[in-house]
Amino acid sequence: MAKRIAIECSHAISLAAKLANVDVVAAYPITPQTHIVEKLSEYVADGELDAEYINVESEHSAMSACIGASAVGARVFTATAGQGLALMHEMLFIAAGNRLPIVMAVANRSLSPNLNIWGDQSDMMASKDCGWIQIYAENAQEVFDFTLQAFKIAEDERVMLPVAINFDGFYVTHVIEPIIALDQEEVKKFLPPRKIPSYALHPDHPTTWGPIGLPDVQTELKRQLEEALRNSKTVIKEVWKEFGDMFGRYYDFFEPYRLEDAEIAILMMGGHCGTARIAVDRLREKGEKVGLIKLRLFRPFPDEELIKLTKNLKVLAIVDKAFSPGGLGGPVFTEVKALFYNQKIKPEIVGFIAGLGGRDIRVDEFMVAVERAKKALMGEKIDKGFMFLQVRE
Amino acid sequence: MIEVRWHGRGGQGAVTAAEILAHAAINEGKYAQAFPSFGPERRGAPVLAFNRFDEKPIWTRSDVYEPDVVVVLDPTLLKTINVVEGLKPNGILILNTSKKPEEVKEKYGFKSNFAIVNATRIALDIIGVPIVNTSMLGAFVKATKILKLDSVLEVVKERFKGKIGERNINAVTRAYHETTIVG
Repeated sequence: MAKRIAIECSHAISLAAKLANVDVVAAYPITPQTHIVEKLSEYVADGELDAEYINVESEHSAMSACIGASAVGARVFTATAGQGLALMHEMLFIAAGNRLPIVMAVANRSLSPNLNIWGDQSDMMASKDCGWIQIYAENAQEVFDFTLQAFKIAEDERVMLPVAINFDGFYVTHVIEPIIALDQEEVKKFLPPRKIPSYALHPDHPTTWGPIGLPDVQTELKRQLEEALRNSKTVIKEVWKEFGDMFGRYYDFFEPYRLEDAEIAILMMGGHCGTARIAVDRLREKGEKVGLIKLRLFRPFPDEELIKLTKNLKVLAIVDKAFSPGGLGGPVFTEVKALFYNQKIKPEIVGFIAGLGGRDIRVDEFMVAVERAKKALMGEKIDKGFMFLQVRE
Repeated sequence: MIEVRWHGRGGQGAVTAAEILAHAAINEGKYAQAFPSFGPERRGAPVLAFNRFDEKPIWTRSDVYEPDVVVVLDPTLLKTINVVEGLKPNGILILNTSKKPEEVKEKYGFKSNFAIVNATRIALDIIGVPIVNTSMLGAFVKATKILKLDSVLEVVKERFKGKIGERNINAVTRAYHETTIVG
């Protein structure tokens, strides 16, 4: 029976991986991901999880080991953060291109320099083009549920893609809070063991994976990956619906909050959406028609769905916890702007960069962002359409 | 919502204390958060830990800026840190001290309500080491009445097994009884 328990978000993801009965974990510890893999190694050492825990010398090796294990048909889990994900970068593309259903937790952390162990989304965003399904969680319950769902999505024959579950370093990873935890029987019903594909690596029928891709095939291979990602939306929806029907918690690409009659909405991913909700409440008390759109799925990007959801909005204030230096703003902001370019009716789109390197985003700062975004409607535009919200000058 | 800030030194168990309270509150059916101060902690250095308690789901991920309760594990922190910073006017400060209420008032000039307990004495007597976090849990329960003593003891029992568990339970209970609430 499902049970309400207190758990650290990091441990919620370890528990989900255990309940998913993973066969192989290969990981290298790095703050703020450490608690996830510590717990998993404890499960294996205590005999609670019958899995191969591979100690590796780097994250590059961790992902390499995951790739090998997944290619033979194992259910594979890993976790990393920040510099660790950066070191994995090369192998992330190999995992996706070889269509390996690896599930990875990313405890989002800033990239050096300066040496910063704290949270923002610049690690995953630096690898956003790796071909993985990328989901962002707000809290322990989402982290737990998304991990279980991720295996089912990844291993679906129509998908066969790796999935990254992102959640903010410290602000989410290190918080103890309540979740409804499923038990082994419930998880078994939802998530049967991985079906080993006929083409899986095996000594009895050797195959070559990822050989040279000459110019005459590379385009088609990349296009296939694009199609696989696009099509995975259907399966993600199906799996989330099935999960909801079984356990009562339904998920969608977005979680709107007080959006019905809203004219302005904050759009954001991750844990700070919780704080943004309080800012929305405060502004509503003042009579402002403000709402929030929490974006859960970054890849594949839910394009049509976002257009539909925002059709009545006048202003979209997008808060990014990452940006591209010298570029046109944060990753969600630039994505959404590109999405709306060809739309006849579109909201004013204003970008904010905040919460870098673990800086808190306070309720009043969200309120400032909304106020500033509103001014864009009156013609007071921001140069290039985006700004840093929290720079001390 | 009730927000709590714990002041301790690395190794005194402030983070563990906050964790125990969150577990106890959630076991009571409440909503709660516990989180550390997100830094590279070192033994002996000042550390922070936080709690939130509510009857409804807690959304905020923000730091605690205006606590309702401040708990100080180590009285020497008062020399260098303004522990009452941001404390709400009707909030309460819970202090580990060997001083009497009048002395505390005179020495530190606290305007807020406060509660005191000689947690170092209790920890030395019962546990044998000056690790005061569990004693301060007893003081917290007495001074705030947010949680039941039994639900805190239950989690302490789960967390520390055997003799250590017994000693910590005795420390919580004795501190609960010996805590004086002032103002």
